[in-house]
Amino acid sequence: MANYPASQPGSQRHTLSVLVENRPGVLARVAGLFARRAFNINSLSVSPTERPDISRITVTADVDTVPLEQIIKQLNKLLHVLKIVELDAATTVDRELVLIKVAADESNRSDVLEIVRLFRVNVVDVHPESLTIEATGAEGKIDALLGLLEHYGVIELVRSGSVAVTRGPRALSEKVLGSEITGR
Amino acid sequence: MALPTPLQAFSSVPKTSVGNDKQTIVNGEKMTGAQALVRSLEELGVKDVFGLPGGAILPVYDEIKDSTKFRFVLVRHEQAAGHAAEGYAISTGRVGVCLVTSGPGATNVVTAIADANMDSVPMVVITGQVGVGAIGTDAFQEADIVGITYPVVKHSYLVTRAQDIPRVLTEAFHIAATGRPGPVVVDLTKTAQTGDMYFSWPQRMILPGYNPTTKAHGRVLADAAKMFSQSYRPVLYVGGGAVRSGAQRQIAELARVTGAPVVTTLQARGILPDSDSANLGMLGMHGTVAATGAAQRSDLLVAIGARFDDRVTGDLTSFAPTARVIHIDIDPAEIGKNRVADVPIVGDVACVLDDLIPETTRTQAIHGKPDLTHWWASLNKLREDYPIDYDQPEDQPTDGSLSPQWVVKQLSGMADPETIWVAGVGQHQMWASQLVDFERPRSWISSGGLGTMGYGLPAAIGASLGSQRDFEGRKPVWLIDGDGSFQMSSEELATAFLDGAPVKIAILNNSVYGMVRQWQTLFYNKHYSATMLRDGEATKDTAPEDFVDVPDFVKLAEAYGCVGLRAFTEEQAIDAIKRANEINDRPVLIDFRVWKDAMVWPMVAAGAPNDEVTYRPGTKPLRRAAAQGADDAAQVSGAASV
Ligand SMILES: Cc1ncc(C[n+]2csc(CCOP(=O)(O)OP(=O)(O)O)c2C)c(N)n1
Repeated sequence: MANYPASQPGSQRHTLSVLVENRPGVLARVAGLFARRAFNINSLSVSPTERPDISRITVTADVDTVPLEQIIKQLNKLLHVLKIVELDAATTVDRELVLIKVAADESNRSDVLEIVRLFRVNVVDVHPESLTIEATGAEGKIDALLGLLEHYGVIELVRSGSVAVTRGPRALSEKVLGSEITGR
Repeated sequence: MALPTPLQAFSSVPKTSVGNDKQTIVNGEKMTGAQALVRSLEELGVKDVFGLPGGAILPVYDEIKDSTKFRFVLVRHEQAAGHAAEGYAISTGRVGVCLVTSGPGATNVVTAIADANMDSVPMVVITGQVGVGAIGTDAFQEADIVGITYPVVKHSYLVTRAQDIPRVLTEAFHIAATGRPGPVVVDLTKTAQTGDMYFSWPQRMILPGYNPTTKAHGRVLADAAKMFSQSYRPVLYVGGGAVRSGAQRQIAELARVTGAPVVTTLQARGILPDSDSANLGMLGMHGTVAATGAAQRSDLLVAIGARFDDRVTGDLTSFAPTARVIHIDIDPAEIGKNRVADVPIVGDVACVLDDLIPETTRTQAIHGKPDLTHWWASLNKLREDYPIDYDQPEDQPTDGSLSPQWVVKQLSGMADPETIWVAGVGQHQMWASQLVDFERPRSWISSGGLGTMGYGLPAAIGASLGSQRDFEGRKPVWLIDGDGSFQMSSEELATAFLDGAPVKIAILNNSVYGMVRQWQTLFYNKHYSATMLRDGEATKDTAPEDFVDVPDFVKLAEAYGCVGLRAFTEEQAIDAIKRANEINDRPVLIDFRVWKDAMVWPMVAAGAPNDEVTYRPGTKPLRRAAAQGADDAAQVSGAASV
C-alpha cells in the first residue's frame, strides 16, 4: 500500500464534510494532518453552522480510496472533530462562489455581458477596462463559465471552494451526540 | 465577545462563550491557578513528577512545598524528564507526569513527547508559557509548543484562564490513559498560573469528540473464531498495545485455546514468558528465524495490539504472503493502515480477547480444532536449527575483548528474576531483547517506534522510582546501554544518585556507534564514516598513565557519586555483575569492553522481504524453507480435505 503522495493525478474527486468544535486552533490541527500525509487539498472552506458551538469544514480532494480512508480515520482521532462524512455527489447540493475580473473594454464588453446573461450570473464591478463577475454554482457550471471567459483574458480570479449539504430534511449535526458544547 | 487578540488563533477558549472574561464561577475554594494545578495533580492521585523549573513556570514551582502530596524529581535536562516519565508509566501502568518551563524547556521535551506518541505511552507534559498579553510577540523564552507538538501529541491544550486548570488537567489525564494511550501537552500561560479561580473537585469533562471503543462490535468475534477453526498455520503476532492493555493473561489463554504460536514485537517482549513453549520470540529485522518464519508461512496472522511497523514486516508486499489477517487494535486508524485486515476488530486488547476466547472455544466445540502438528513440527525445526546464538566464529572477539552477547547472557542469568530491563538504542538494544530471558510482563522498557538514543538512563530512573513507588523497590532495574546512547543523557547520573534511583548500568562499550557501524560494514563498504567514539580504546594492557578514553566511564560514574566498575575479561565481568547486584544504595555503572565488530544476527536488511532473513552471513534459512513450507502447506490442506 504505497500511498505517497496520497493525491495522484487521475484520482477521483471526493468531498468530505467535517463537523468540528467551534474553537480556535482546530483548523490548524486539521490542515496539519492533511499536510503531513501529503494529501493535496483541492478546496477547503470553514464556517460556523446552525449551531454556534459547531463549525463545518468542507474539503474536496482528488484522492484514492485507501489513503482517503486513512485520512478519515486520522481526522477522527482529533479530539475536536465530532463527525466526518463523505458526501455522495448524487445526493448532495454543492456550490462554489467565484469572483472573476475579466479584461473587457468597449470593443467586447457586450460579448462578455451576453455570457453573463446566459449563465445567470452577476456583474458586481464595471470599469472601462474590466468587468468583475460574481458567480455561484456547482463546479461544472463554474468551470464552463471560466472556459468561455478565459478567451477575453482573466485578470484576477478567486474561488471560495465548495460548500455542500445533503438533500432532504436532515442535518449532519443531528448525528453529533449530546447537547450543546458549552461550559468552557 | 472575547478579546480579539492574536491569541484567539491559539486559545483553547471558544470565541462565542459569554462572560468569558469575567469570573463566573464563584463556588469552591479561592486560590491561584498555580495552586489549582498542584491541587489538581494531588486530586488526580499523581505521586511523582519529573521536571526542571524556569521563569515561566515559577508560580507553579513556588507552590510545590514539603507538604505537597507528590514527590518532585529534579532532572538535569528536560528530555530526561520526558523519558523518565515514560519509564515510570511503562513500569507502573500509570500516567507519567512532567513539569517544565517554556521555550527551551518545552522544546527540549519534544523528543520525549514524540517517543511517547510512537510507543503509545500515557504521559502528561505541563509546560510553562509566557503571559497571555505576550503571546505572539516573540517574548523572552516564548515558543509555540502547542503548535510545535501538533503532529506528535495525542492532544494538547493552551490554558489561558486559571479557572480552566482543574478541568483541563482532568481531561488531559483521561485522554492520556484511555483509548490508545499517548502524550498530552498542557501549556500553561503565566496568566493562568497567577490568576485567581475557585477550585472544585471532581470536574466534569467536556470531550464530545472523544469516544474510544473498547469492546468489539458486531459479528467480528464469530468471524475471527471461525477463521481459527479453518486455519492450519495460525500465528499470534503480539505488539505493544497488548502490553499497554495489560493483556498478558488473555494472550497466554488464547495461545493455549488455539494452540497457535506467539511471536512478539520488540515492545511486547516479556508479555509471554520466554520459557513458555508457545513463544517463538521476536519477529522482524532482528527477530528469530522461527518467529519471522512463522509469520511468513502462516495462513492466519492475528495481529494483537501491533501495527505492522516496517521493522517488523520488511518489504510489506511480501510479508506473510499466504496469511489471512485478523487485526485487533484500539485505534481504528491502525487497522488497514499497512495491511488489509480480513477481520478488523476495534477494541481494547484485553477486553476483546476476553470475549474472543469463549467464542473460540464455542466454535471449537462445534467445528473441532484444527490439527497443528505439522505446523509445530516445522516451527520447532526452525527453532532448533536457528536459535539466537552468539557462539559462532563470526561472534568471537578477535581482539581479546568481551563478546557483547555473552555479557548480556551473563547479566540475564545472574539477575534477580523480578528485574526490569531497560535499553538504549543500537546493537545492545537488540541483543538485550534477544538474549535476556523475559519471564514477566512490563519487565522490558525500550524505545521502539522512534528509536531514541539517550532514552535508557532517564527511562531506567523512571522505572526505578516507579518500582519504589509501586513495588517497594522489589524490582531492581538493569539498564543495558551503548557507549553512544549513554552519552546522550549521562548527565542524569546526578538525578539517579541524588534522587535515590539505584539503577544498575551495563555499558556495552564497543567504542563505536555499533549499529551504524554494522550497516556500514554490510552496506557501505566498511567506510566507517563518523562512527568511532574513542571512549573505549584502552585495553587491559594499557598502563594507567596512558589511559585516554574520552570519557572514562568509571571516572564519570564516580564524579556523580556512583560506583564505577570496568571489565575487560570474563572473570572481571562476572565479578563486576556480582558486585552490581549487591549494591542497592546507589547507582552502579559497569564499563564492559566488548568487541566492536560483533554483529546482530539474524538480520533482514531494511526494506528486504522477510524471507531473505540472514541467520549468519551466507545462511538464508527461509529461502529454502519457503519452498519447503509450500510442500508442508499442501500436505496439511490435503489432510484437511479428507
Ligand atoms: C537520537 C538519535 N540519533 C541517532 C540515531 C541513529 N542511531 C541508531 S543506532 C546508533 C548507534 C548507537 O550506538 P551505541 O549507543 O553505542 O550502541 P551500539 O549500537 O554500539 O550497541 C545511532 C547513531 C538514533 N537512533 N537516535
